[in-house]
Amino acid sequence: MSALGHVFEQAGLATVALGSIGSHIQGTAPPRGLWCDFPLGRPLGKPNDADFQHRVLAHAFGLLSSPEPVVEKFAETIDDDGTETMSCELPPRHDPSLHPAVDEARGLWPAYDRAVAKLGNRVGAGRTVSADDIPAAVQSFINVAGGTPWKEAGIPGIPARVAQDIRGYYETAALALAEHAPAAWAGARWFFTSTEAGRTIMAARQAMADAGEKQPIWFYIAPGDM
Amino acid sequence: MADSDVKALTGGLDLPDFETTAFTTPPPLAEATVAIVTSASLHHPDQDDFSPMDTGYRVLDGSRRDYMCGHWSPNFDATGIALDLNTVFPIDRLDELAADGTIGKVSDIHLSYAGNQFDLSAVRMDSGPAGAKFLRDHEVDVVLFTPV
Repeated sequence: MSALGHVFEQAGLATVALGSIGSHIQGTAPPRGLWCDFPLGRPLGKPNDADFQHRVLAHAFGLLSSPEPVVEKFAETIDDDGTETMSCELPPRHDPSLHPAVDEARGLWPAYDRAVAKLGNRVGAGRTVSADDIPAAVQSFINVAGGTPWKEAGIPGIPARVAQDIRGYYETAALALAEHAPAAWAGARWFFTSTEAGRTIMAARQAMADAGEKQPIWFYIAPGDM
Repeated sequence: MADSDVKALTGGLDLPDFETTAFTTPPPLAEATVAIVTSASLHHPDQDDFSPMDTGYRVLDGSRRDYMCGHWSPNFDATGIALDLNTVFPIDRLDELAADGTIGKVSDIHLSYAGNQFDLSAVRMDSGPAGAKFLRDHEVDVVLFTPV
């Protein structure tokens, strides 16, 4: 973002860049930058909190009155201590003949549809894998975790992108099941630690690493600190 | 998994270097047309998704609210934008600022790039200047950049 700030100013546009990582926005020194120390993915800070978002924008647009390049830090910080996990009930077993992860993914269809009807689909399935095909995509990672080489496992696209759609499908469905707006990363932690599909994807990732597959193929299946 | 740990992973990345800082003085905000440019790979469902290393941009229609986040990375919280588009793309907030006269006008069009680029040369030399010209041609004065 900061790099684009330089380019756009050169073209005659006045710009303000929000940045979530202090070292980046300070290091690239955009013409006007506001470091918002919020979790990645939430540059305006708090979803469904118009007052908070307006405070961020007021500070950002206030920088336009500076007579020279300026980078400031927003006064409020939102911390993620890595502990809060989304709390929501998963569907009970329905078809014992299916792998638990596939059965679970199928059981989330109604919740996913409710969430999309209410919120729209911004991060759910559909970028690479349709919601209808999520259980089959989960099965492909079961195959990898079981030792099948990933190219022969039926993964319907680039593994990281398919995993991203599965995670998005689950996190979107969870928003219909939970009774609260989750803190940042709480949905991701829930997916990777509490769901059959998330644990399966992590097992597949480990299996790919152990098999000596190229690091970019498996690394980006999950957040980099996992 | 914690936000601070994910951010720490980016600590060793090479940052682009600019010898000088271009600087444009805007008109008064209350008279300015404001657009959002995001690096969240947002696109409308009927537009092409962003491919890996896609250095192009998509034109977003400010009158629509059907956006998908095509950001190729597991390293961000996705529930924020799932709950509220404005967490990343504060289009409703800008509409409110225009309604109360804080800003002159919200642009009808906005832009989206893919932020997870390791090589910025194409963005700096090609799609960046092209996007800026596109906004200038649409009489935009001020740009708010938002990441994801």
